[in-house]
Amino acid sequence: MLAALRRSQAWAERRLPALTRYKRPESLPITLHRRRIYIVPTAFGAGFTTLLFIMLIGALNYANNAALLLTCLLGAASSSSMLVAFRSLNGLRLISIQQGHAIAGDPLSLQLVFEGGERAHASVHADLDGHTQAFSLPPREQTLVTLDVPTSKRGWQPLPRIKLWSNWPLGLFHAWSWIHPEQAVLVWPQPETGGPPPVLPGEDGQRQRLHHGEDVAALRDYRPGDPQRHIAWKVSARHSNLLVKDFEQPEARQEWRLDWRHLPQLSPEARISRLARWLGEADALGRSSSLWLPDEEIPLGGGHNHYARCMNALARMP
Amino acid sequence: MIKFSLFHRKPRLPLGARAFDLLCLTVLVVLTAHAPHLPVWFSGALVLVLGLRWWQRRKHGGRAPLYLKLPLIALLSAAVIFHYGTLFGREPGAALAVGLLVLKLLESEATRDARVGAAFACFALMTALLFDQGMLATLLVALGLLPALATLRALEPAHGTTSLPRELLPALGLLAVSLPLALLAFLLVPRLSSPLWGAPNAPQARTGLSDDMAPGDFFDLLTDDRPAMRVSFAGQPPQNSQRYFRAYVMSQFDGRRWSHVDGLGQPPAEVEHGKTVDYTVDLEASGQRVLPALDVPINAPEQAQLGPNREVIADRPINDTLTYSLQSALSYRLQSQLGEPGRRRGLQLPAGFNPRSLALAARWRAQYGANDAAVIKAALSLFHDGGFSYTLAPAPLGRDSVDDFLFSTHEGFCQHYASAFTVLMRAAGIPARVVTGYQGGFWNAMGNYLLVRQSDAHAWSEVWLPERGWTRVDPTAAVRPERVSLGAAATSSAATDWSPNRWWLGLRNRWDIVNRWWNQGVIGFDALRQHGLLTPFGVRDTDPGMLGLLLAIGGILFAAIGLAWALWRRPPADPLRAAMQLLERRLAVVDVARRHSEGPQHFFSRAGRALPAQRAELDGLMRTYLELRYAHDEPPPNLVRNFRLAVQDFRPRRMVK
Repeated sequence: MLAALRRSQAWAERRLPALTRYKRPESLPITLHRRRIYIVPTAFGAGFTTLLFIMLIGALNYANNAALLLTCLLGAASSSSMLVAFRSLNGLRLISIQQGHAIAGDPLSLQLVFEGGERAHASVHADLDGHTQAFSLPPREQTLVTLDVPTSKRGWQPLPRIKLWSNWPLGLFHAWSWIHPEQAVLVWPQPETGGPPPVLPGEDGQRQRLHHGEDVAALRDYRPGDPQRHIAWKVSARHSNLLVKDFEQPEARQEWRLDWRHLPQLSPEARISRLARWLGEADALGRSSSLWLPDEEIPLGGGHNHYARCMNALARMP
Repeated sequence: MIKFSLFHRKPRLPLGARAFDLLCLTVLVVLTAHAPHLPVWFSGALVLVLGLRWWQRRKHGGRAPLYLKLPLIALLSAAVIFHYGTLFGREPGAALAVGLLVLKLLESEATRDARVGAAFACFALMTALLFDQGMLATLLVALGLLPALATLRALEPAHGTTSLPRELLPALGLLAVSLPLALLAFLLVPRLSSPLWGAPNAPQARTGLSDDMAPGDFFDLLTDDRPAMRVSFAGQPPQNSQRYFRAYVMSQFDGRRWSHVDGLGQPPAEVEHGKTVDYTVDLEASGQRVLPALDVPINAPEQAQLGPNREVIADRPINDTLTYSLQSALSYRLQSQLGEPGRRRGLQLPAGFNPRSLALAARWRAQYGANDAAVIKAALSLFHDGGFSYTLAPAPLGRDSVDDFLFSTHEGFCQHYASAFTVLMRAAGIPARVVTGYQGGFWNAMGNYLLVRQSDAHAWSEVWLPERGWTRVDPTAAVRPERVSLGAAATSSAATDWSPNRWWLGLRNRWDIVNRWWNQGVIGFDALRQHGLLTPFGVRDTDPGMLGLLLAIGGILFAAIGLAWALWRRPPADPLRAAMQLLERRLAVVDVARRHSEGPQHFFSRAGRALPAQRAELDGLMRTYLELRYAHDEPPPNLVRNFRLAVQDFRPRRMVK
């Protein structure tokens, strides 16, 4: 029943955009204002109205003016709470969205930055695909709301609509507004679960042995950034330029030069997921890696930023 | 069932500790509001259950098990039936509702339960007003809404929590803001001229004047300082010594008890009178049918009639505050011709009672012959000089109450004196009777009305004299003249002028004007008064349709004010930004709207391309703006003002295409 209703709601939004006020994607910042905030009574609000009505009839019937006054007061307070509900959304502004990283299939965390302007906004909920996050905003401050977006496949994924709603202050009225930021999030490819290790061209027996980090392997030209204590001063004095003692890299720092072209036998998606797995392993082992793709070449590097850069490149593959 | 959850799904949220505390406070407030009419053991037990539940959730958490809940519900119903005999009706219904509210708390573990509880608490608070609609009670009950509203508020997630008292403040603000709309609705909601279903009749035992009188009966009354009625006069109020409000005339005496004979249907005794006094009485609910009237009433108000002895008797018991207007004469001659039956009634005495009093009266009669006035004078001087004293706590009297009073105890209050005097007169052959009512009262100068309290209840005598008719004689005045000239407060015990009690009573007498306003303005605002609402504007009868229309207009007006408040946004504090926004609005009219991500330079140049005729002007504005915005930390105010003036002068001219 609910599913059917939701389907018809989706259909109505698709076919009757004017009627359902379907919001096209729009650029940030998005400010909520009176033309896009809607209010209906909640189920509790409807029940409470019935109760007020019963109280009214009772007070009138018994000609009890004190009870009538109390009922009127309660009724007036409930109607005023509608305006308060409206105000808790009005003027709310989504300034920016920062995306986290996630591989396809895992939820991707979004960080939405909201700003409230001069006025406090209490008990606002951000609703994305069934996940709700409540927050409140003190005046003249910003707040960070973290939401999870479900992902299914790699690549650019447009953001779904986000519902901002509030039942503030008494839970009698439900004020809501849809926001649809014109922004897409990049979902990383899912690595394959198992497979062969990378075949590295430079990995011969001779280099395997040379892993004593303390031994000087060779001298090379000075490059800016080399530590001073590695400069071979005596040798440099006999040359026109500075020479540096080049220590052998420790084994853990072995470089993985990953290349799209080395996997010709696989389909593109399989190549991508294998490369993604290798990148993940390289990152886990702390090895530096480089990546060659038809559109992009990423030089040797390590650390999380490098990993993210490589995964982004893989995710962007056509 | 289609739920509103289509629009928002709400999972079953657990109830926070703060919200639960507030809910407990709400229920406690409801219990307090109902305490005056609930039996003490019942309220005590409910408070105990409430406290235990609060402690249990704080210590262990979790809802009360079913095996505890069901017996408690059964016990509650049994207790109500045990005390009231039924589950239906106003008192048992209210007791049951309060009990169920407390039991609801036992299973309140989710926000939904708390919502239902808070809403039901609002209803229970309203029912408390069915028992007492005084101003103080209404005010307290209205304040009782605060914890209920605060509970609803605390149920919404993600709002900052503060201390418990501060949680109540926003609810108070909400109520204060809603008060004008509430008052408008109160004024204009059409009242029912007749109830839809049976209005509750209130057979409550109230202290007040009753239609019979035995020695000592008045004691409760004379120590009860609740208001009995408020009287406003059309002209000058009568002297204090003339403020006798006649309620019951009692001619039937059985040796101990005087009682009123209901002779309705007989024509009222004829009266010759001089100048009359017009006045209006706001009578508090008394449960009796008698309407006290200034001695002696000339006519009867609507839905009431004059009895044979000029008592005003209403058609129905007065169970709510009643306002009536009357005309009375202060100097009068009542029933100058007394027929034989009337004379017999006026002389009736039970046989075998009070022999010494009868003998004393016979002695006076023998002494003064036919001179009735001398007999009356002898009786009054006996009271005055015979060592009699006025006290509210006299010694008890035996079978021959008048003999005991006259010859041994020598102390009593108005009732004793009136009774003894009347018996003496009857024994001396003068027709006499006892009249009860109120005497005196407090004149509230600010409100121009006379406040009469229950403690102003009084009893006096009437004797029938040839040519003069029934004449009022107040034997109490012979003992304690200030009782009549200053009022009941002057006589109560040996209170000195500045004792705290007197001071407190004086304060309350002055404060009473607020109660009067409340009674007249709020409680007495019925269908009739509502129909006359627009009389000052020339509309004689405001019918319900008109009221509904006015209510709709008023509602729209308030909605407009509320919307203006809700939509109002604080203008940006930065004057430069305000000026720029003005320019943006002007340019948006000619389809050059600034985009979200557009810098000022780009925007100005785009505007210049769209309005080539004003390009130079726009360039100037742009340069000024950029300089003000980016060349200064704090732009000089005079330059900002110049920029604003330039923006105000700028009128974009649409290109004719």
